[in-house]
Amino acid sequence: MCVCVRACVRACVRVCVCASDIISTVEFNSTGELLATGDKGGRVVVFQREQESKNQPHRRGEYNVYSTFQSHEPEFDYLKSLEIEEKINKIRWLPQQNAAYFLLSTNDKTVKLWKISERDKRPEGYNLKDEEGRIRDPTTITALRVPVLRPMDLMVEATPRRIFSNAHTYHINSISVNSDYETYMSTDDLRINLWNLEITNRSFNIVDIKPANMEELTEVITAAEFHPNQCNTFVYSSSKGSIKLCDMRESALCDNHSKLFEEPEDPSNRSFFSEIISSISDVKFSHSGRYLMTRDYLAVKVWDVNMENKPLETYQVHDYLRSKLCSLYENDCIFDKFECVWNGTDSVLMTGSYNNFFRMFDRNTKRDVTLEASRENSKPRAILKPRKVCVGGKRRKDEISVDSLDFSKKILHTAWHPSENIIAVAATNNLYIFQDKVN
Amino acid sequence: MIHSLWMNDQMLFSCSGCVSACTLVSFSTVLGCHPCFRLNMFSKGTKRKFSDGGEEISEETLVGARMASSYSLQRQSLLDMSLIKLQLCHMLVEPNLCRSVLIANTVRQIQEEMTHDGSWQVVTEAFCSAGQSPSERLVATEVLCRSREQDAEPKLFSVISYEGCREEEVVADETLCSVSVSDAVSNVCLAGSIGQCWEKSDVETDDEALEDSRLGSGEDEEIDTEDEPSREGPKTIGQVFGTFEIKNSSPGPDSALEELFSDVDTSYYDLDTMLTGMQSAPKMGPYDLLDSLAPSHGSSSIVSAPNCRSDLNELDHIMEIIVGS
Repeated sequence: MCVCVRACVRACVRVCVCASDIISTVEFNSTGELLATGDKGGRVVVFQREQESKNQPHRRGEYNVYSTFQSHEPEFDYLKSLEIEEKINKIRWLPQQNAAYFLLSTNDKTVKLWKISERDKRPEGYNLKDEEGRIRDPTTITALRVPVLRPMDLMVEATPRRIFSNAHTYHINSISVNSDYETYMSTDDLRINLWNLEITNRSFNIVDIKPANMEELTEVITAAEFHPNQCNTFVYSSSKGSIKLCDMRESALCDNHSKLFEEPEDPSNRSFFSEIISSISDVKFSHSGRYLMTRDYLAVKVWDVNMENKPLETYQVHDYLRSKLCSLYENDCIFDKFECVWNGTDSVLMTGSYNNFFRMFDRNTKRDVTLEASRENSKPRAILKPRKVCVGGKRRKDEISVDSLDFSKKILHTAWHPSENIIAVAATNNLYIFQDKVN
Repeated sequence: MIHSLWMNDQMLFSCSGCVSACTLVSFSTVLGCHPCFRLNMFSKGTKRKFSDGGEEISEETLVGARMASSYSLQRQSLLDMSLIKLQLCHMLVEPNLCRSVLIANTVRQIQEEMTHDGSWQVVTEAFCSAGQSPSERLVATEVLCRSREQDAEPKLFSVISYEGCREEEVVADETLCSVSVSDAVSNVCLAGSIGQCWEKSDVETDDEALEDSRLGSGEDEEIDTEDEPSREGPKTIGQVFGTFEIKNSSPGPDSALEELFSDVDTSYYDLDTMLTGMQSAPKMGPYDLLDSLAPSHGSSSIVSAPNCRSDLNELDHIMEIIVGS
């Protein structure tokens, strides 16, 4: 793995940290041409990669803002007297089938299908209305003409094509598009629903872990994803650290799993926080579909889909926090939900940490690196310097001690280009895009 | 909201729920590894020599006893912290179910361990004692929140109960430090009562189970049946999740709270009215609620020191908030 990462900083420059600008999700589309971000204020910003041009070879593939739109608005649930946040929890792109782009974006309760299309021509020469759109007096029309399309400035419009609502009592945490390109699933804390992309007034419940008596609730669903190739297979992770793989062909309600991936607890590490840190915050299939990656509070694990009793590989993200768990529990940081991503070839894993650090693990060489996404360290074209956290007493010059880490700067959301070594890292309200060094 | 907890001579600061920087100071790892601790508890004593028989023994047991009490102290603190977290749910936005479940599971785990220890009996006895006044309980929370001069083992206190109207609530923030409300008679609490107020106007539309609309976890039930705390524990803790369903509040037999609100037309006091009645910004969460209560009301009605205020002042204070005058 090439550790030299060149910074190509496209930060959303803001003078003050505005809460509604906090980025809450980042996602490349299937070709990597587009990058979508959702924020706490319900907005979606889509970036598009510049076409390579011979004139400016050094500006290869920079991402520029392509479209911005307000996806969700804050709502109020009058029945429960509670607000519904407009924060975008997840964005998932649909595969491209025509000139327009489609994405699904969701807040806590409602999923929306957005169509993003370009308009660079407009019809001129109507008979019944003039250029400003005013209706022409029919008596003044003496001749007929055929309207023609004339070029205009490129306009990118986003329109909501479907709104999937009223299917979730609890907060939606994941959406996943099926490989059949016809259905998708939306997951909340206790249920998973299957939708047809064309039908908004009906969805099928495929997983329901709500107990009859809510007082017996001890486990919730934290994430779910469809298999990349098998349209009948999906996985979902729980707050107790288990992952269940289900086959929709077995039954309509997939409460009985086909496979259960769970690692037995290490008794020597047992504490009151064991369960909390074992809660899985993200689960992702590899591109090949052979492996699963899960992220819990301290580690990233790679599972072989064919082996349920233990993970194939375990990578410690920030094990130095293990002795700080009580403090992290008190300030709620222990509940932070970090995401994890595969690179295009499934050879490198990436996940975020605190102090604007993010980590990459090379599965083949077993090397890992810690990098920082910050304005000071990321001049455009500068190479990122690996960072190190010092655990023991003696701190070296470039190292940072555990106690100096800033726990309010957390990197929860990252994305990796599907085929190239380009990564997008969301650090609170800034988006960083890094590319592999190119000679 | 800022907690400051003194544990084992080491200070712990944290900001919960805010974006500012949190600094971690080293913290005892006893809580992080309790079974090992228990195994090693007495193995850490010094070797006994025949010549120093008596002294060595007492020192060993002293060390062991001190460690045991510090462990239970920290465990209690963790329990209290968890209960406070469960209680302080965001009132405007639905709280995070995953977080609530994980905290509730932690509380359950601690309670189970305390049951096995037998230390749960101490907790229940502490509440059964009729003589214990609110002020004593105040002191108990104070110990955890404030200075290190307090050497005595803190009295265990119950944070929340919400069976019927017997509600005690301990709330901590930087100005209040500890606010303990109620005794067996008045049974009024701050945030809980407000929650009660608008929950009464909820309409049942769901076929799903109706549940008591109570925030936080309850421990009053365990008081009465000390031999079944583990069974009661999950049941009352689980009432946290009642907030997520369409609820119908059914007031318990102790109707002190009922009487308080019986002539209040709850339909009139919808969310907006209530919020504007409080002296704070329209959009506020539970932490803001606590903060707004402290400065807006003089020290006459809010405890900021070991002095406790009378329950009557407390009632007035509550009514002020509800009525918005």
